[in-house]
Amino acid sequence: MTPARALGLLVLAVLAVTPFVPMGVMGEYTIHVLVQIFIWSFIGGAWSLMGRFGLTSLGHGAFLGLGAYTTTLLWNFFGLTPWLGAIVAVAVTAVFAVIVAYPCSRFQVRGHYFALVTLAVGEVVRLLIIAERDWTGGSLGVTVKPAGDDSLLALQFADRRVFYYGALALWLAGLAVWWRVDRSMARSAMEAIGEDETAAASVGIHVTRFKVGITVLSAVLTAIGGVAYAQYISYVNPDTLAGIGVSLRIVFAVVLGGMYSMLGPTVGTALTIALSEYLRVLFGVKFIGMAETIYGLLLILFIIFLPSGIYGTVRQLVRRRRPAAASA
Amino acid sequence: MLELRNVTAGYGAFTALWDVSLRVDAGEAVAVVGPNGAGKTTLLRVISGLIAPGSGELTFEGHAIGGRPAYEIVGRGIAHVPEGRRIFPALSVADNLKMGAFLPAARRKFAESLARVHALFPVLAERQKQRAGSLSGGEQQMLAVGRALMSGPRLILLDEPSMGLAPVMVLRLFDLIRRVRQEGYTILVVEQNVRQVLKLVDRAYLLEVGRIKMEGRAEALADQDFVRKAYVGL
Amino acid sequence: MIDPLFLAEAAVNGLLLGGVLALLALGLNLIFGVIDIVWIAYVDLVMICMYAVYFIVQVYGWPIWAGGLASVALGAVLGLGVHLLIISPILTSAPVNQLLATGGLLFFLQSFATFLWTTDHRSVRLALPRLELFDMPISVARLVAFTLSILVMLGLYLFLTRTYIGTAIRAVSQDREAMALMGANPQRVYLVTSAVGGAMAGVAAALLIIQYAVHPFFGAAFGPITFMICVLGGLGNMVGAFVASFIMSEVIAISGVIWSTEMGYVIAFVVFIVMIFIRPGGILARRG
Repeated sequence: MTPARALGLLVLAVLAVTPFVPMGVMGEYTIHVLVQIFIWSFIGGAWSLMGRFGLTSLGHGAFLGLGAYTTTLLWNFFGLTPWLGAIVAVAVTAVFAVIVAYPCSRFQVRGHYFALVTLAVGEVVRLLIIAERDWTGGSLGVTVKPAGDDSLLALQFADRRVFYYGALALWLAGLAVWWRVDRSMARSAMEAIGEDETAAASVGIHVTRFKVGITVLSAVLTAIGGVAYAQYISYVNPDTLAGIGVSLRIVFAVVLGGMYSMLGPTVGTALTIALSEYLRVLFGVKFIGMAETIYGLLLILFIIFLPSGIYGTVRQLVRRRRPAAASA
Repeated sequence: MLELRNVTAGYGAFTALWDVSLRVDAGEAVAVVGPNGAGKTTLLRVISGLIAPGSGELTFEGHAIGGRPAYEIVGRGIAHVPEGRRIFPALSVADNLKMGAFLPAARRKFAESLARVHALFPVLAERQKQRAGSLSGGEQQMLAVGRALMSGPRLILLDEPSMGLAPVMVLRLFDLIRRVRQEGYTILVVEQNVRQVLKLVDRAYLLEVGRIKMEGRAEALADQDFVRKAYVGL
Repeated sequence: MIDPLFLAEAAVNGLLLGGVLALLALGLNLIFGVIDIVWIAYVDLVMICMYAVYFIVQVYGWPIWAGGLASVALGAVLGLGVHLLIISPILTSAPVNQLLATGGLLFFLQSFATFLWTTDHRSVRLALPRLELFDMPISVARLVAFTLSILVMLGLYLFLTRTYIGTAIRAVSQDREAMALMGANPQRVYLVTSAVGGAMAGVAAALLIIQYAVHPFFGAAFGPITFMICVLGGLGNMVGAFVASFIMSEVIAISGVIWSTEMGYVIAFVVFIVMIFIRPGGILARRG
């Protein structure tokens, strides 16, 4: 049992019992924040599957929105359980991801250009949602129709703690997927592609297939995250779940925490959510917009001064200390 | 005129030049030859300021130029005709030459420089309005050299001018370089075509795996041994 | 059947809108072509300039041309500021970091505007005559905006082809290193480019404020269209962006009158996706 593993188990144990620790008034709020952290870390992890290989998407809001709206609308209009609705959402998102990823992969749309394409896509999904206001509710959003009682079928529960454990499980599942991808052939292939596409293709790596594949995986997981969020909050809205705002926040959280490590997205998400909440509480309703202004400013400063994120910076600092120890 | 002393340089963790020392006197024509990957291009890039040296000294006409940015070194009188010519493909021939005279000092002598370039390379005068990307390889090379001349340099660095050119064109090009030299410019040329370049220059250095392995007068080096080593390496 | 007169009117409006959209797309493309970075917050810079014109003209009562000039000047200064403070430090960073930096600027500008001026919509009321052309009502504001945008683009074209620094800017976008060998300080070229790009945003702002109301999330309305146009025309491709602007504006205008404004966007999106498949490099793929 390595110290790292022991620490991991300890953290898990703490997380497992947290909902039962008496915290009085703060209890509900803590659970709420933790659920958000779990879900958004899951989503961040999904993004990082693309981001770590150089596929910088600024349009993941599109997949979130597709996931969340598909299940919500299917439930509201047809009474379809979100469990099945999620499967539909996954299918729709997968097709959508292929449509966007395929031409980009085949025709070497990369870097800033790729980011811009995804940005446009993300924004357009948002506009689409707003345009079809008759059944999507437009900018006002849509509330998930209440099932009345606690219902596993409808994925609605009065007790927040059920969502807590669901979100925890989701987060752990995301880590597991990250682990599998990291250990797979796909990872080596994608890194080769990231370094030199032509060289990779010349040794038989099917570049397009890998790029599209990882995009679809990332998109589908993001959509599932969107479904989870919609079920938890019971309300979907095009600005929180689609568009450039949410897309940028996801990317920022991952880059801040560390794009190349398993826990990086989690660390980054936890920090950005904590920061957001702190600013929101600090400013309350006194200075509307000030919290976001500071958030944006900090984002800029972080990117300029901490380009490798927290993980990367810590690693660099550790490396600088080591040569002093390993002298002679 | 140009002196390098113990220059080491590379890209990140990779060192391409080790402890290189060489000298080019005013009015001379010097060649640096060597097999592929020897570091010849890196050498010119260090001199012209595209790369900063890791260590060592570079002086040009008494001024230290090591580590100075490229645009400053051009101002001192060194022009670099890069590998692959690197003309601006979507600009016209005339605009390319105009860009060569970007420096204020060069702009003041624009008409004079342009006349000289047109006299040396009449084809550039003919095809002034033509899109540079549509010129033939040989014409692009002439444009690249002409563009370098527009900055009013005293030393011209040529990186593999014969690359990609048909043999007939290579002979013509080297003739033109000879004429440029005769106009008073000092030349440092990096080349794969050892035989031809030795006919052009006074002295030559052999660069191998980042180190100077041999140097001497061109006539003395134009023997089988040197040529073989330059192509194949020891 | 739709009255052909409505269609014609929509087509004309589309054309007039296209002119201003082209300004936005060209400004963004100019900066990308030279510096290789996409200013995600570009339309938000326009938003700030729009507020400037609003305050100068509507609140303080200066004439519109003064507001316009101020907007251009402010745009240029903002462009310089963005480059010096945000872009310069991250020129060698990874693309994702560069995108996040300008993304952060987007958040900052939108929220700061909300904080300073609330989300109220502000417009500039100009007493302009109504024009009728072949029985079609034409907004004089739109016509003026279109004409001025064409003139500005012409000016940009002349600047890029006839002046030394303009040609140098084009050269840098083709080969940055080679231009450094000509004695051009890249930082200086970048600054000029950023100032010009910012100035164009300023012009666009003056032309837009007389047609549309400004509010902090103006960028959310015009941003996506601009990005789509840039991608459609081929990122970095000036002529492509010009053509794409009019294609997009016509699609939006005509679909808008047949269905609804938002459906117009949706259809533009479909066109966009289809074009990505047919011509991923943009309708006029970049040369050289």
